[in-house]
Amino acid sequence: MITLIWLYVLAGAMFGAFALLSVSDRTNGKRFGNAAFWALLAISFFFGDFLGDLGNGILVLCLVALAGFGALGRGDPPTTSAEERAASSERRGNKLFLPALVIPITALLGTVLLKNGGWIDARQVTLISLGAGVLIALAICYIWLRPPALAPLQEGRRLMDSVGWAAVLPQMLAALGAVFALAGVGQVVGGIATDVLPSGSLIAAVALYGIGMAVFTMIMGNAFAAFPVMTGAIGLPILIHQFHGNPAAVAAIGMLAGFCGTLMTPMAANFNIVPAALLDLKDRNAVVKAQVGTAIPLLACNLLLIYFLAFR
Amino acid sequence: MNDWVLLGIAIVVAGFALRLNPLLVVTVSALATGLIAGKGLIQIVAAFGKAFNDNRFVTIIYILLPVIGLLERYGLQQRARTLIGGMKRATTGRLLIAYMLFRQITASFGLTSIAGPAQTVRPLVAPMAEAAAEKQDPEIDQAGRERVMAFAAATDNVGVFFGEDIFIAIGSILLMVGILKQEGITLEPLQLSVYAIPTAVLAFAIHSVRLLLLDRSLTRHSRPSAPLRINSGEVGSGNPATAPKLDPMAGLRRPPDGAKGAPPFRRDDGEVP
Repeated sequence: MITLIWLYVLAGAMFGAFALLSVSDRTNGKRFGNAAFWALLAISFFFGDFLGDLGNGILVLCLVALAGFGALGRGDPPTTSAEERAASSERRGNKLFLPALVIPITALLGTVLLKNGGWIDARQVTLISLGAGVLIALAICYIWLRPPALAPLQEGRRLMDSVGWAAVLPQMLAALGAVFALAGVGQVVGGIATDVLPSGSLIAAVALYGIGMAVFTMIMGNAFAAFPVMTGAIGLPILIHQFHGNPAAVAAIGMLAGFCGTLMTPMAANFNIVPAALLDLKDRNAVVKAQVGTAIPLLACNLLLIYFLAFR
Repeated sequence: MNDWVLLGIAIVVAGFALRLNPLLVVTVSALATGLIAGKGLIQIVAAFGKAFNDNRFVTIIYILLPVIGLLERYGLQQRARTLIGGMKRATTGRLLIAYMLFRQITASFGLTSIAGPAQTVRPLVAPMAEAAAEKQDPEIDQAGRERVMAFAAATDNVGVFFGEDIFIAIGSILLMVGILKQEGITLEPLQLSVYAIPTAVLAFAIHSVRLLLLDRSLTRHSRPSAPLRINSGEVGSGNPATAPKLDPMAGLRRPPDGAKGAPPFRRDDGEVP
């Protein structure tokens, strides 16, 4: 059966190639730092399951040391000029979109057609199809565009270097969440939420539940970590048991209140920080800033929805 | 229960506010939180490493970069700009509203990974939004461009967040079913996912209004210096500095000027993002 492991091997090979190409890139004054960083990530993808928990922990500390003490630079592999790109765009026309569209279309078809095929892990079928789409798109590009053999890896490395250490931030934050869980941070926050709640007020309980979901999501970086805590502290005992709210409405809209928090925090790095890095924005919080104006009114709407839909 | 474990949260907030390297901040916070809770150093590092390893799938998305980078080498972003440049009625706001609708609908069928920052925003949506903004405000500055691109990424997030929970097999729905079941409340995924629909509609409405306001600020900003000629395609009249950019077919006829054709990689900011 094809599982996520296959994709991990593919990613490991790619990061390994980035490491090798970084070593020989004299345009980057910090080339050994980049090489070490991508090599460690390659090791993580290839051998992560064999390193043991402590081994992985030490690998992470090495990544942090490289990034935290400024060992990463940016490679500048040779590429086409703006004029060459414009000329190529004009010559090849809208066909240039096709390889880019092959990836989502393969992911879509794979998800629909292979989900119950049995030879692909059904839970990961979309990601695996996406990986297959990448390989198909690469093959089309090689045949059609005839790029230099290493061009995809060099161009990929250019983009990867522009993302830099932010690439592993989402994984790091997930790891922080695990340590928070180990230390019981959730229970402490839930306890505080229960303490500040004035008894007997439904409106206050709804507001505290929804805003608590958003705020705790902002702290943890995802609503999945906040949901069990706020549901255990307020959702179940107060909204559902004491005020007899509809559990489906309380839970579902409460989760979406948490998603409003996700829009407002740099801790949700994969949604908010990585895109800013990929787009090479100067302000790494630019995406969060663009989202706050949507998140706050939407959070208010969610509080009203809980109040009116769960307690009819 | 030890309230001092909240110090870890304070470290994260302070570290992000002081713009220290987030990887360092996160690591220090994890070590402090674990030690305050009375865990051993080895145990903390192991828990940290295990969760890091278990979450590698988040980082998988970068396998798209070689294809995206290769297509950019052959002018994909320029193509995306030209396509929008040729559409007379296209504006940043309308384009992003259409993309949000696509993202919400596909996510509501569980297809959350077919689009995203690496898949669609960087190669297609952001350059298209930028090109539309250039038509609306030919004198748009770097800060304005970055704002438009940030809105492209933001729209992707809003679309996927408030579409995916309508799908009954998405992770958050299954998490809710599991947790409520532990508490003796048995719900079908569909019972939960119908309650995602009102918020999905409101998210679309609120963010659409903001995108239309973005449109207004772009056109209003351009009005004093660039009069109504913008969409008429006239070249050669008016301000010579802005005239070439007013031509919707510019990308088809000749190489774009520096501002338009420059790849979004700037070497002037030494700090990595």
